[in-house]
Amino acid sequence: MTDAAFPRYTPVADHAVLVAFGDSITEAAHSAVLSLDAALAETPFSGITETVPAYVNLLVGFDPGVTDHAAVIAHLRALRPRAVRQTGTERLVDVCYDAPFAPDLSKVAARCGLSAEDVIAAHLAGDYRVYLYGFAPGYAYLAGTPAPIRLDRKPAPVRGVPAGSVIITGPQCIVTTLTMPTGWWVIGRSPTAILTGEAVRPFLFDVGDSVRFRRVPASAIRGP
Amino acid sequence: MMATARLAVLAAGPHVTLQDGGRPGFLRFGVPASGAMDRTALAMANVAVGNPPGATAIEVSPGGLTLALEGAPLRLALAGGGFIAEVSGTKYGSDTAFSLLPGQTLTLRPGPWGSWCVLAVAGRILAPEWLGSTATHAASGFGGGALTAGRVLKIQDPRPAPAAPFRFPCPVWARPRHVLHVTLGPQDHHFAPDTVETLLSTPFRLSRAFDRMGLRLDGPSLPPQGALSIPSEPVLRGSVQVSGDGVASILMADHQPTGGYPKIATLVSTDTDALAQLRPGDALRFVALSPEAALMRARRALAARAAFLTRLSAMIETV
Repeated sequence: MTDAAFPRYTPVADHAVLVAFGDSITEAAHSAVLSLDAALAETPFSGITETVPAYVNLLVGFDPGVTDHAAVIAHLRALRPRAVRQTGTERLVDVCYDAPFAPDLSKVAARCGLSAEDVIAAHLAGDYRVYLYGFAPGYAYLAGTPAPIRLDRKPAPVRGVPAGSVIITGPQCIVTTLTMPTGWWVIGRSPTAILTGEAVRPFLFDVGDSVRFRRVPASAIRGP
Repeated sequence: MMATARLAVLAAGPHVTLQDGGRPGFLRFGVPASGAMDRTALAMANVAVGNPPGATAIEVSPGGLTLALEGAPLRLALAGGGFIAEVSGTKYGSDTAFSLLPGQTLTLRPGPWGSWCVLAVAGRILAPEWLGSTATHAASGFGGGALTAGRVLKIQDPRPAPAAPFRFPCPVWARPRHVLHVTLGPQDHHFAPDTVETLLSTPFRLSRAFDRMGLRLDGPSLPPQGALSIPSEPVLRGSVQVSGDGVASILMADHQPTGGYPKIATLVSTDTDALAQLRPGDALRFVALSPEAALMRARRALAARAAFLTRLSAMIETV
């Protein structure tokens, strides 16, 4: 962070401050987001409501009845960001790449000039990390899809893609949690619950976690 | 044995759901707070039947709702917008508490103004929770869920009801309002100065694209400058986001957690209730405040709401 413009603290409405560490996605900016988030978790201020980490910025929400923008920004400036491990906890996610759970696998293979097994091997070899949650509950955006299988989105989204679908575009990968439309490529199905249903840990991933995929047979997938 | 009451849904329009005070704090996992579109209406309806302000209640859309009561008498209250309730030929407007007897049918439909009303019941509506809240997240259906014909809501511990209806005052700040207060940004720097000026000087209208996720506006184009690739970042209830073609939308209770479109402005949190009650075609205008002024405005609104709820609670006890 040698750029004097960052971190940039922007007051938002009456109840938040957005802290930006850059204008484009870099490892350094995202690490700074995670460090500040960790420091705030360790040293919160009175009136903090939530923090939301994204690619290059952290949203810090507060109760306007308890504190104000200036006090929050002063607290943030005074924090010594905690160095976070470059990889958080490693999470294991099972994937079945067999029909009928991988409707786009052969299309991805054709577009990349690979065999279906090459695509699977490349996907399994990826080094994934959770950058943020977006789009819908539990949609963790993983970055790390290897270069040989990076594709632009489809020209038009496909409706009704089932929950549990493993979808890729560019360097990104998501294990979906709802039946929703998507323009990403569906290369598998996971039986691993991202919405765990557990009170203590309702979501499998924290932002910053690393993720490894493991191939499982179709018999591991339950239900439709 | 305690009396139990059941509300059977005979007919329901789209977007009629159970809502409560919401589930704040999970945006980092992609989960918006949800909860009532008009949070003041939720609090008023609940307090008018003696419930905590954030208790589970029924949020009714312009599609309307018809319910039949079974089992035990029940006190109810309606708040938000100018909706109309009808029971056995008797009509009540929003901002009324009234009683229903077993076998009676209640019909709710939109009246002169407003897009969402809240129907609260004196007792506890038994409903599925997700992450500690019964608020329904529309896209997933998680939480208490939608009301559809055939569903029966069980009411635990229905409280004895006074027979007479009680019309409570609707405070000035909860009446129709077409001026919305914002702070600029956090991405107003992605717009030319005269585009920001257009946002603040030109009336907009609510389009027909309107649901719990957000509302699209009709009005002048607000072209962003080279901002089509900003990294996805957190968005809030009240974010005024502008798509690449210059069309502005305002995100609401079930908003997406993050987005890559620039946010030209953000509503003061206590102004989102007024926005929720506008109807397609209604005009609205934005007024920009400094963050300090926005905070003072929110504090005044929260204090006024708390004082009103205290008075309402006292009125109910003396009815």
